[in-house]
Amino acid sequence: MAKTITIDGVNIPYEEGQTIIEAATTAGIYIPHLCHHPEFTPHGSCKLCTVKVNGRNCSACTFPAMEGQEVINNAKDLNDDRQKITQMLFVEGNHFCPSCEKTGNCQLQAVAYHLNMLDDHFPLFYQHREMDASHADILIDHNRCIFCTLCVRASHAHDGKDVFAISGRGINKHLIVNSESGLLKDTNMAATDKAAHICPTGAILIKHTAYQVPIGERLYDHQQIDQVSLNTELVDHDK
Amino acid sequence: MQVFIQDLIEKNRYHATDLLAVLRAIQAQYYHIPKAAIEQVAATLNITRTQIIGVIEFYSFLHLSPRGQYDLLISDSITDQMLGKQDLVVQIEQTLNVKLGELRSDGLISFDNTSCTGLCDQGPAGLINGYALPHLTPAKIDIIAELIKQKISVSAWPIELFAVKDNILKAGLLLNEPILQGEALHAAFKRGLKETLKELDISGLRGRGGAGFKTATKWQFCAEEITDERIVVCNADEGEPGTFKDRVLLNSYAHQVFEGMTLCAAIIGAQQGFLYLRGEYLHLYEKLNDVLAERRLAGLLGNNIIETNFSFDITICLGAGAYICGEESALIESLEGKMGIPRNRPPYPVTHGYLGKPTVVNNVETYLAATKIAVNGGEWFASIGTEKSKGTKILSICGDCAQPGIYEVAFGTTVQNILDDCGAKDVLGIQIGGPSGTFIANTEFARKIAFEDLATGGSFIIFNNTRNILDIVNNFTHFFAHESCGFCTPCRVGTSLLKNQLDKIVNGHGSAGDVVALEELCQLVKTQSHCGLGQTAANPILSTLERYPELYQAQLKKISYEPGFDLDAALETARRMANRNDAAAHLTQVEE
Amino acid sequence: MTNKIRVATTSLAGCFGCHMSFLDIDERILELAEVVVFDRSPITDIEHCSADCDIGLIEGGVCNSENVHTLREFRKNCKILVAVGACAINGGLPAMRNFIPLEECLNEAYINGIGVENAQIPSDPELPLLLDKVRPIHEVVKVDYFLPGCPPSADVFWKFLTDLIAGREPSLPYELVHYD
Repeated sequence: MAKTITIDGVNIPYEEGQTIIEAATTAGIYIPHLCHHPEFTPHGSCKLCTVKVNGRNCSACTFPAMEGQEVINNAKDLNDDRQKITQMLFVEGNHFCPSCEKTGNCQLQAVAYHLNMLDDHFPLFYQHREMDASHADILIDHNRCIFCTLCVRASHAHDGKDVFAISGRGINKHLIVNSESGLLKDTNMAATDKAAHICPTGAILIKHTAYQVPIGERLYDHQQIDQVSLNTELVDHDK
Repeated sequence: MQVFIQDLIEKNRYHATDLLAVLRAIQAQYYHIPKAAIEQVAATLNITRTQIIGVIEFYSFLHLSPRGQYDLLISDSITDQMLGKQDLVVQIEQTLNVKLGELRSDGLISFDNTSCTGLCDQGPAGLINGYALPHLTPAKIDIIAELIKQKISVSAWPIELFAVKDNILKAGLLLNEPILQGEALHAAFKRGLKETLKELDISGLRGRGGAGFKTATKWQFCAEEITDERIVVCNADEGEPGTFKDRVLLNSYAHQVFEGMTLCAAIIGAQQGFLYLRGEYLHLYEKLNDVLAERRLAGLLGNNIIETNFSFDITICLGAGAYICGEESALIESLEGKMGIPRNRPPYPVTHGYLGKPTVVNNVETYLAATKIAVNGGEWFASIGTEKSKGTKILSICGDCAQPGIYEVAFGTTVQNILDDCGAKDVLGIQIGGPSGTFIANTEFARKIAFEDLATGGSFIIFNNTRNILDIVNNFTHFFAHESCGFCTPCRVGTSLLKNQLDKIVNGHGSAGDVVALEELCQLVKTQSHCGLGQTAANPILSTLERYPELYQAQLKKISYEPGFDLDAALETARRMANRNDAAAHLTQVEE
Repeated sequence: MTNKIRVATTSLAGCFGCHMSFLDIDERILELAEVVVFDRSPITDIEHCSADCDIGLIEGGVCNSENVHTLREFRKNCKILVAVGACAINGGLPAMRNFIPLEECLNEAYINGIGVENAQIPSDPELPLLLDKVRPIHEVVKVDYFLPGCPPSADVFWKFLTDLIAGREPSLPYELVHYD
């Protein structure tokens, strides 16, 4: 008999070594997340995927599925906290969606939509952050970085390049690139790299591609992230 | 510089894991880590420059831009503030012509705040080029200013300036009668290592860092891992404000602490050990290395310890100013030469610790206690204390009392007894376990020091009735925002939001809704954060909100809402540039 | 007439795009006019709020002293205050000046900018002074509801107002929540 856990009362099977989020995705259950990506080592930092496992808060993306776990995922208190955590990400950075190329295709925005977030709730930080437009094909807008490290992991594990890293401490954390000048143009980054395409927000963008799809007809304009995520990540998982 | 770095790395046979040591040496030599040094270290140690930059920007004592030849730091802990830190800041700014947080234009001196230096019983305290300056007074500041003006090297400063005292005021089971060198190891091998672990189990010893995991169980788990290599780590990153007992133990009981680590290594089968010493205890570094050398000579470390086939050695690694490294998995990351970011768990360090090897991490005091248990047996230790908390606890007592210092008390001792011992009168409340612990009011002094009541890693800060609770809470809340590693969203953003929201209330801009918002935010940070730092960062607010709601209420305006920023000040630039000062050029903070 | 719900609207540091979008409810405005009367608003040209407004819709963030006064007038006179659009909610595009010191902004606009003649910072007491940062309105007064979007679509206004008028707790379905 397959081993099982329950998520919101539903019995789902899991394989030894799977995390809760992997088991959930396989079973077609969406757990909100931003820093998790099925292809890369889990990071566990955004904390959107926090679920209650036998009464205790755990990150679903890092916590292993184990026989007999009772997981609560889609509950009001958890979704309220997820909304506040999303609001934290919005006020920490400078997310002016109307001026962002990624709008409509942005996972941060899509999670916020999914959680019915209507405002920022907290006072905004308005931290001054730079842009790095030095690279011919790729733009970094630090205003939109949420420190999920997906670019760091993709560049390391997939591209074999280590172009990115997160530096600093606390609220002063920031993304840095691996060149003596500190500029992206002096790294070996290419627009074809996985790291150039993995940013969940508009912090890393491919130049010259904006607005090919009009606002209003973009990925999350009419589809919720739960469905989009399950569709794409199940494919990834099957690989 | 190229030669210096080359020599440094070659002579010490440094690897990538020794990055902190390399950077500390470069910082000491060049007052920062120059860009060229980063490139050279990256190439020599075969690590990315981004890892090096990340580490430099993570630790408070490493810098990308130059510090002064004399880098003077003053502790901003609450006890230092209570002992007159602020007046000293003013004096230093005036006599040395340098502003707090700045580098003097001639590059000679830089001056800044630092988190608690572990000298709370002899504050206000500071650090000069990393070395502890206890008990600073206006007279001493004059002396220091003169030494700097004459450009006298810190190594030639009068040793009285660096005289750190132990202040052991009450000794018990552990501090009375130190064991003889090698006594615990001989006893353990004689009894049998398994039997000694059994004694440790019987003793009921629990981790003294605060969390209280049962020591014998931890050692047992680590021993059970199937592997050839295991690691013993002593956590001497004593960063919790108000704690300083590990400093004293390492100063006067170092043999016994190292013996405890060796004992652990013998029992679990480890070959390599690390003492992770917080950067603030640089003054102990050489002395501790001498102790290690002595022990090697005495056959108590190295190969064939006490003529058995057991071999084990210890390396001391210095931190570089990061409270988070007291968290065991962050400490391990730091030992590996990385930023101190707590790992995801599971796996736990006992199965995957230093470089993925099974690792025991214990507090200084835990190792000390283990040696005595090895000598005297488990029952001896278990006969003291309470049902769930066996033995004694070494407390670092500071704040408003006649005799601050080290007190060893049996678990189960009441707070009142301790207050009587240290001569505390007219007490308002006590912060037990440091900022991450609990603030208790003067109605709770019948409570007991014990894991099941008031758990503490050792910090015990007393406040008398002249103190303002909101100032205390504000100091602690700022501390956590400063020390958050920034890994997870709720702590990275949440501790800064807590700081801002509390500032708003303390500064008198709060309204009723603001306290509700503060409490909600506290719960969010507490329940959603990745590690103990975030999970406890709201404790100062929560424990005082619970006990003194009226203090918070008294700060509030009787209106529905007030901005969290100064509206009139926000017009200042425009007013100045337009050269206006008419009534319409000003705004009231709230509508009149 | 007296039983009608009284709605006031204004644009602070905004572009009036939210107001234009509101008007995109098209003929539904007639239906709305059955139950609603407009008080202070660019639509009516009434200069100040009556004391008994039910709903105040605020477009735009707070960028100058006049915005503060207007916002306070709305808060004082409207039972329900609504932040409408990206600028009111997070400062929006005007807040992108927050990363440039105000001194630099003013110098560029009035002193050093290309084509500036008779360079001087305007100092007429009639002119409102700029705040050093553009703020969302919830950082200056208490706000009851938020309608995101740049602008919120006409359907957002319609859904929100009809919910409120019918005495329902306003809620926006997924398709109506947009930040762009």
